[in-house]
Amino acid sequence: MNEWFGLLGIVIASASILALRQPLVAILDSVLERLDSRFERQVWCRQSDTAMAVTLLFPGLGILAVFGFAPLIYALYISLFDTRAGAFAGPGNYVRAWHDPEFWGGIRVTIYYAIGTIPATLLLSFGVAWLLFRIGRGRGFFRTVYFLPYVTSAVAAATVWRVLLRPHSGYVNALMEALGLPTQLWLIEQRGVLHLLTNGWIGPEVGPSLALCCIIAFDIWHASGFGVVIFLAGLTAIPRELEEAAIVDGARPWQVMTRVVLPLLSPTVFFLAIVSAIKAFQAFNSFYALTNTARSTDTQNLVIYIYSQLYESQNYGYGATVAVCLCVAIVGLTLVQWRVLGRWVHYE
Amino acid sequence: MRRHAVAYGLLSAGALLTVFPFVWMVVTAFKPDSEAGAMTLDLWPSAWQWENVTRTFQVAPFALYFYNTFAVAITVTLSVVATSLLAGYAFANLRFAAKNVLFLLVLATMMIPFEVALIPNFLIIRGLGWYNTYAALIIPWCANAFSIFLVRQAFLGLPKDYFDAARIDGCGHLRFLLRVAVPLVKPTLVTVALFAFLGSYNALMWPIIVTSDKDMRVVQYGLTVFWGEGGVRVNLLMCASAIVILPTVAIYFAAQRYFLESSLSAGIKG
Repeated sequence: MNEWFGLLGIVIASASILALRQPLVAILDSVLERLDSRFERQVWCRQSDTAMAVTLLFPGLGILAVFGFAPLIYALYISLFDTRAGAFAGPGNYVRAWHDPEFWGGIRVTIYYAIGTIPATLLLSFGVAWLLFRIGRGRGFFRTVYFLPYVTSAVAAATVWRVLLRPHSGYVNALMEALGLPTQLWLIEQRGVLHLLTNGWIGPEVGPSLALCCIIAFDIWHASGFGVVIFLAGLTAIPRELEEAAIVDGARPWQVMTRVVLPLLSPTVFFLAIVSAIKAFQAFNSFYALTNTARSTDTQNLVIYIYSQLYESQNYGYGATVAVCLCVAIVGLTLVQWRVLGRWVHYE
Repeated sequence: MRRHAVAYGLLSAGALLTVFPFVWMVVTAFKPDSEAGAMTLDLWPSAWQWENVTRTFQVAPFALYFYNTFAVAITVTLSVVATSLLAGYAFANLRFAAKNVLFLLVLATMMIPFEVALIPNFLIIRGLGWYNTYAALIIPWCANAFSIFLVRQAFLGLPKDYFDAARIDGCGHLRFLLRVAVPLVKPTLVTVALFAFLGSYNALMWPIIVTSDKDMRVVQYGLTVFWGEGGVRVNLLMCASAIVILPTVAIYFAAQRYFLESSLSAGIKG
């Protein structure tokens, strides 16, 4: 019962702060006035605002230093230790990762996932944004609908998908049966999707598993709304005269798209490609929420592997090693994208 | 209207696919037990069982989960707004030594992926004796580089004359911040607050790692354990998901303008 009182307390507290905000600001005002004059009286403050700067920066930068910067150095440090034996291991953990099939499996899953989600999400959200841009009426309504999955928590949405994809009584399998197609195990199917599609011609261990493809499909559904909103804003920002001029000069719709719209939109594409690549390498919630009770190596990406080293094996040193490798991969990938895609980006 | 028939058709089909899981979730949440578990294509329940909502709260302590989540998320949101306001102002309007170096360091933390800090942060939290406490859920998230950056950019956009005028009238930095600067950058602050609240509300990995006590669970974690503990009652599971989704969707519809702006301002990050 206590928690209900707690929730009520939160509501009452928020409401009273909102109602009393004017007197509160007035009180704060007089307090700040005193603080201000105290800062002014500091002799060493005449030339610069050092005293005040230190005060203002301390809370934010203090937290960033302890929980943002220190961990990076700490991670590099403990990655050199066999933390379970409590002994210095030097590069031992990195050597172990090199020979660890689960580590390479994690990389494989991460790469499949990135290849599966990024181009599809970009194409799909561009297509939707393009259609939305073309139509006049109903644009706001459709934008609201397409953005909806993105604002819902991935865990809750994944729970719905998981129930829909249950092998024995899920809605999707009911649909498959009604259409006369073979039912599938979906999220617990470890065999490769190519194996299933070719009726066993290709070995079951080649390519991503069907379960991984379900996770990819989920994330395309969940994240496309973000791209739609960004692309739509990019398209709206393009001056209409440029398109019209091209049409007057006899350009075909396809040429308008490839010669005018896409080059002008390239900064948006560039931004989305980099952000979605970073996100793809960091995916955790959807993997965890879709498969947590039935985890197997075919759906274990590097982040899940780090998590299991920390949470299940208490293997901090080795987990940190994998994390450092992931970090290097993300930074490296971003730099490569920056170089390769950056050359193609057109800034006005 | 006519010439866009194909566009409208495609968009409607896509919209149906997009909302279908949500529709199915809401409908199934109110189905009787016998219908919810059955393999069927029927969407509509034969009877709407509204008491599923109270049953969900009885089967798992969602009220407690919500209390934890809101206590954490509101504290985090207020703290992020406060820390980024102060630091953003300092970076935009104050003169002090090593300003640019410090700002570059702040930007650099934006590049560090969260995973690499995960294990060290867990060890730091445990070393501080914060394991299984609200402090562990709240304090590491009370400041972030991106929010500081956004607020600084907003302050840089204000004309310098405002400050000079306030100065002549005898107004110091802090009062200027409260009375003039904050009202002018309100949209940015709402954006920062939205990011902070949603990030905290939707967090899953960090709460799993720094809490083990059942009384410390937040809703996202509560929902993932509900699958096992609820004995997979599909209707109650869907009811729980709907309850978890409800606050963010409500905020989305109430503050849609800010939502869209906030995802756009994420564009500055590139």
